[in-house]
Formats: sequence, C-alpha cells, structure tokens
Amino acid sequence: MSNEELPVVTLLGAVAMVNGFALLSGVDLSLPPSSLTVLVGANGAGKTSLLRLLAGLIGLTTGEGTVLGIDLARGDRRLLRRHIGWLGHEGSFYDDLSVTENLTFAAKALERPLDELGTVLERVGLSARRDTPAKQLSAGQRRRLGLAWLLLRRPELWLLDEPYASLDDAGRDFFDGLLGEVVARGATVVVSAHDPLRSELLNPTTLTMAGGRIVGRAT
Amino acid sequence: MIRVALLVAGKDLRIERRSRVLLWQVVPFGVMALLLCGLALGPTQVGHSSAAPGLFYVVVVLVALLMINRSHGVEATPGTAASIATLGLDPAGVFLGKAAALAVELWLTGIVLLGGCVLVLHTGLRGTAEALPSVLVVLGAIAAAGTLYGALTTGGSGAATLLPVLSLPAFAPLLIAGEQSFHSALHGGALMEWWVISLVALAGYLAVGILLYGVLEES
Repeated sequence: MSNEELPVVTLLGAVAMVNGFALLSGVDLSLPPSSLTVLVGANGAGKTSLLRLLAGLIGLTTGEGTVLGIDLARGDRRLLRRHIGWLGHEGSFYDDLSVTENLTFAAKALERPLDELGTVLERVGLSARRDTPAKQLSAGQRRRLGLAWLLLRRPELWLLDEPYASLDDAGRDFFDGLLGEVVARGATVVVSAHDPLRSELLNPTTLTMAGGRIVGRAT
Repeated sequence: MIRVALLVAGKDLRIERRSRVLLWQVVPFGVMALLLCGLALGPTQVGHSSAAPGLFYVVVVLVALLMINRSHGVEATPGTAASIATLGLDPAGVFLGKAAALAVELWLTGIVLLGGCVLVLHTGLRGTAEALPSVLVVLGAIAAAGTLYGALTTGGSGAATLLPVLSLPAFAPLLIAGEQSFHSALHGGALMEWWVISLVALAGYLAVGILLYGVLEES
C-alpha cells in the first residue's frame, strides 16, 4: 500500500471535531517512510487526538489527509486500521486473558502464524509471564505486552501514545532500542510524549503541539 | 465471517470462564430473583404453574441485561477498544461471535432457571422439558437482539440504564412468543406456532445484526 517515494502521512489543514468540540484545529503534517516523529506538548494539546486521527479511530471533519495511501475523509478507515500498530496509554488487551491468550487472539485475528509467539515473548522479556492474566501484570509489563502485540503485527505505521509512561530506565532503554530497530526496518513511528526523547541515537523529528495545532518543529 | 465469529465467541467464553462472573454473580442473581417470585406468589401452589412462564422470562430479561452489559463492557475500555479496532475484524463476524457466546451463556443460565421453575414454581417436569426447544430459540434471539443494542449503547453515558430502555421494546415480542410457547408446553396450546414465530424473530435479528453491526460499531 505505501510507496517508498510517497509520504506515509499527509495532512493539510486537518480539523477533527467530536461532539462539537475541536480536538484538532488545522494540522499540517507530512511524514516520510522509515522515520521517527515525537509529538510533545502539554496535556490537552492534541497529541493523542492526532494519533487517533492517523489511526482512523476518529474522523476528519474538514481539511485533507491520507495515511498509507488511504483518504481519511472518504477512504475505508477499517482497512486503514488493519495496517496500523496502536499502543495506547491505557491497557490495550483483555484483562482476564493470559499474556499468551491475548497474543494468540491477535495473531489469529490477523492470520499470523502462532509459532512466532515464543520469539516475540522472548524479545519483550515476558516468557516467564506467558500464563499470567494481563490484569496481574505490572504497568511496565503491560507496556511490554502491548509491544509484543505490535511486534506480532509488524505494522507499517506505529502510533504510540505516551509509551514511556510507567517504564523504568531499563524499560526505556529497551523501548528506544526497539524503536530504532523498527525504523531501520522501514516502519514509520509516531510517539507522543511529555518530553523530548532521551536517546540521542534515535534522531527523531520533534513536533510541538498546542491548542490542537503543530506550533514547533525541531530535528 | 465464520472464522472471526468462532474466534470472538471463543475469546468471550474464555473470558467468562476465567472471570466466573456468570457462575458466581449472574446465575445466583437469577435463582434469587426466581425464588422471590415464588415467595411473592404465596405459600399455596395455586396459580404458580400458570404464572411460571411469565415470571421465568422476567428473570431471563434481568439476567440477559447483566450479561449484555458485561459482554460489551470487556471491549469498552478505551485502550482495548482502540487496539481491537486496529485488528480490522469483520463486523458481521464480531456480531455473530458475540451473539453466539451470549447465547451459550443465556442457555446455561436458562437451563438452571428452568430447573428453578420446576422446584420453586411447580411447573411439571414433562411440560418444562417440552418447552426447552422454544426457550433455547427465544434466548438465542434475545442474545442476537441484545448484542445489537449493546453495541448501540456501549461507550455512551449511562449505558447501563440506556440499554434496558432501548432494548426492552425489542425484547417484548420475543418475550410474548416465549411466554406463550412455554405456557402451551405446560397447559396445551399452539406450541409449534409460537416456536416458529420465535425462529423467524431469531433469523430476523441475526440478519439485521450481520448487516448493521459495522455501522453501529463505527457510530
């Protein structure tokens, strides 16, 4: 679906309104393939709303936008969502199911081979917790389960909403390493965070948001 | 569609088996409600058997509303809803899967409640057994209708109270058909005709759900 030459995300004057309230009020954005972008800004600046728009979870009210070649206003948002990897700052899975059961459900839904589960669990360091119900995981382990879900999916566009929340230093380092890997493999990653990324190795583009708009850009 | 339906039904039943909400909360509530009905009818057995079909379905509606809220509640947390949405599951399959899981739960509860009718409301064992096929069909139709209305109210403010307000008019024809067929099985009458009406209602709700569930989910 995506083309090496074309931006993965293009927004022009994007406005998103929910129940008459403007969550985004004119966002212009272009993201190339294989890039890492960090959205920073205060609470309510519009970071999560922008991620939700890119994920096809909320609609585009006015303006223009395409994500992975799909028109946000007129295209099939259900099809778009299938190519997105979403990690919210809340729990992203079924609390009563175990780690393995959650991942098995996702793998079967996406028609991915189940033999990848072991590798993915090892990659995120949850092998010893494979039979633990998700509700019994610590906040950091829940993040890792969310990451395992994404690794299983291998999405073209990763949208991560405050992924560093509740992570200790080891967890942040692990996360940074993983982001570097997936970007190097060609994925496009957008991360929302309260502060700029700690790791200088990732070399992201940092966009500052306020009032539902992008008000600053730094590379 | 069938693949997704089996996947979703299996997931919902596994969650129910793990959480044991059905076993320890819903079924005991239904049995207590049936017991209260028996107490309200008084110590003599006169009229118990005539009132039993109606009382049985009143209790069925109460437990069905609990189960429908529960079935959609596990999907409704913001993070889980977003993650599942990005799986891009076929909505018709999701509807069939959730309705099937709900039907299985209602059938198990219904069989326990029918046993309660024999013990508490003194319905004849043979007549109650003859009513079983029609009860299963009506409960299946309630599961299908409830899954539709559950999707309509999930995530909205006051979903727990909105669900009964919206769904009771939809349940009413099913309850009448169910009560009449149960009554006919106990005391003679047009059992087969009411059973066929229930089957038609089940088919109708399944067809509407397959066609409209995606629209309800998106809205």
